[in-house]
Amino acid sequence: MLLSLNQLPIGEKAQVLLLALDGTNRRRMLDLGLIEGTCVEALQKSPSGDPTAYFIRGTVIALRKEDTQKIIVQY
Amino acid sequence: MSLEVMPKDKVIALSGNPNVGKSTVFNSLTGLNQHTGNWPGKTVANAKGNFSHNNKSFILVDLPGTYSLLANSVEEEVARDFICFGKHDAIVVVVDATCLERNLNLVMQILEVTNRVIICVNLLDEAKKKKIRIDLIKLQDLLGVPVVGTSARSQKGLNHLLDKIYEVSYDFKQFHPCRVKYDDVIEQAIAMLEPVIDGVYDNKQPARYLSIRLLDGDTSFSYIKEYSCIKNQLDKATALLRSHGITSQIYKDKIASAIVIQAEKIYKSSVTLENISYNSFDRRLDKILTSKLTGIPIMVLLLGVIFWITITGANYPSEVLSAFLFWIENKLLIFFDYINAPLWLKGVTVSGMYRTLAWVVSVMLPPMAIFFPLFTLLEDFGYLPRIAFNMDNYFKSASAHGKQSLTMCMGFGCNACGVIGCRIIDSPRERLIAILTNNFVPCNGRFPLLISVITMFFVKISPFRSVISTLILTGFILLSIIMTLIVSKLLSKTILKGVPSTFALELPPYRCPQFGKVIIRSVFDRTLFVLKRAVIVAIPSGIIIWLMANIKILDISILKYCSDFLGPFATLIGLDGIILMAFILGFPANEIVIPIVIMSYLCTGNITEFDSLEKLKTLLINNGWTWLTAICTMILSLFHFPCATTCWTIKKETGSLKWTLISIFLPTAIGIILCFAITTIARFFNMV
Repeated sequence: MLLSLNQLPIGEKAQVLLLALDGTNRRRMLDLGLIEGTCVEALQKSPSGDPTAYFIRGTVIALRKEDTQKIIVQY
Repeated sequence: MSLEVMPKDKVIALSGNPNVGKSTVFNSLTGLNQHTGNWPGKTVANAKGNFSHNNKSFILVDLPGTYSLLANSVEEEVARDFICFGKHDAIVVVVDATCLERNLNLVMQILEVTNRVIICVNLLDEAKKKKIRIDLIKLQDLLGVPVVGTSARSQKGLNHLLDKIYEVSYDFKQFHPCRVKYDDVIEQAIAMLEPVIDGVYDNKQPARYLSIRLLDGDTSFSYIKEYSCIKNQLDKATALLRSHGITSQIYKDKIASAIVIQAEKIYKSSVTLENISYNSFDRRLDKILTSKLTGIPIMVLLLGVIFWITITGANYPSEVLSAFLFWIENKLLIFFDYINAPLWLKGVTVSGMYRTLAWVVSVMLPPMAIFFPLFTLLEDFGYLPRIAFNMDNYFKSASAHGKQSLTMCMGFGCNACGVIGCRIIDSPRERLIAILTNNFVPCNGRFPLLISVITMFFVKISPFRSVISTLILTGFILLSIIMTLIVSKLLSKTILKGVPSTFALELPPYRCPQFGKVIIRSVFDRTLFVLKRAVIVAIPSGIIIWLMANIKILDISILKYCSDFLGPFATLIGLDGIILMAFILGFPANEIVIPIVIMSYLCTGNITEFDSLEKLKTLLINNGWTWLTAICTMILSLFHFPCATTCWTIKKETGSLKWTLISIFLPTAIGIILCFAITTIARFFNMV
């Protein structure tokens, strides 16, 4: 099933399919190791529901909804 | 960055991701006390220090922590420029053993620039606890450069690291580091460009790295294109890429992916997780500290507890200290009488200089000596990034950056540090917002004023006195945070328009703080540092105040002229001329505002002994203070122009007089408007 990363339920894992971002924003995401095929686990939402913490390549990284809705994952 | 280097000294750069214990390694090697903390972005300005090994001397340069060399932020740019073009003899890349994969990304990029690299796998003790097993020999084989395992906090492995630094910087061995292999066409394009760059720069520049960056269209290297031979070859190589369908974006993707995949490969063949759920403790703790239900309440509670401990704990030592210092004052007076010193000399030194000094020390030292270590413990533990995580949504709705809460936390210590800390924010617009609003949170120089005024005017003596003081203080801090958000929003709707950029915040693993070290370090590094600054400012101000109070023109002191001049305006905003003057004279350091007020009242009145807050309160009330004066003084203390050091730092960081002036004007205007409004309302309803 295809989802954008922000729709991934907490506690679930998925694989990155593509980044619908460009320019600097795309580069920052690639820099985090979010390339095609990378496994991402949604860990927890912050108290107000956004951002969400993800487990990416051994590191916990919090991302905002504005960015994660442009990351398409295979769930 | 300029370095003064003796020809025989070897320069070693210390690089690594943020928050991998780089500063701890730096301190252990050099003995310098660079402040360390468990959150990304601690090294805000480059530190350098010396050490010697095998009778050779070395200079160690601590670079800001970075995730990559792509120069997304000011910090990354500083690190990249030094790694690529700085004159260094070796680079030590410190990596975190508990999240090696991410760290290897930077390692692969640095290996592209230079062969002289030593990998320092730090935090091995933490990794061991989490049952993460790292095969260091395998890692060394795969990377092709020396790999040393360390636990810098307990000094383990550092000698081995020194040996390797010595070997690499003196070229005892040649190393053949592993290079990332890119797509065939990209490798062809690099091969076209590399020899030309090497030719032009006589092999003195990292040609492979520069080729990759030039093909990427990285504008920070466009000066290289001024050589027409390089430009022509670049055009040809780019044409080759395009003819194979590799557009600019595909190129960037392929480069990034190749590095990430290589890092992953090396990680997988050298690391074994003996316990798959090795970070379950961190996750459980995060569930409590950042959950919807408990996240924010725990945050406010922690803040409150810190303030409560500070207020309660500081009371007694403050009284003892001031009793002692005023006992000395009496002795000094007796001494001056004994040697028949002229009255003016006695006045300047004892009533002016010494007394102001005594006030600053007795009022400031105890709360600082308690607050700083407590705050540092939280920092060491790794809680601050969780604050940023909890608060981010509020900052987002103000169109600001979530990491602004980290720079705000730094501001609690010192606003100038907070302003420099804004370098961790990569988008220029959001960084500027963070810089301009940093002064809205009170620094340690302003806490003593808030605490003592609250204790004097709003709390009756009772067993709950310190609890109530804490609640009021926490309220004022929340007000300053809310004001930060409002002003951030205002700025991003007016002069700093824009949409938030991408935001990625690392939540590092929790670490058990090293209590002993934290306490010693924060007392000596921070407390004494801030105190020293206050003392340096307090001495001349004490003299100035005394002179102003005692030099008379037409039988009226200069102090009276000044306070009479400021009086009418000060009354409008609920203060008096003296308080307003104290704020202005306190421009060099906020710590001396209250001492100046006290000094000025003392110079005009006859009361001389003040060894407790109760007596101080009497003095203030005798000089016309009411609860309104107290509130307005506190509000103005929260919202007024930054101190001189902070202004200077803002000018340096923004490089613009305009933004510096705005940072002065903005909080001052807000403070004055608030005080005016409160005063007008209070007077209208006859509440005073």
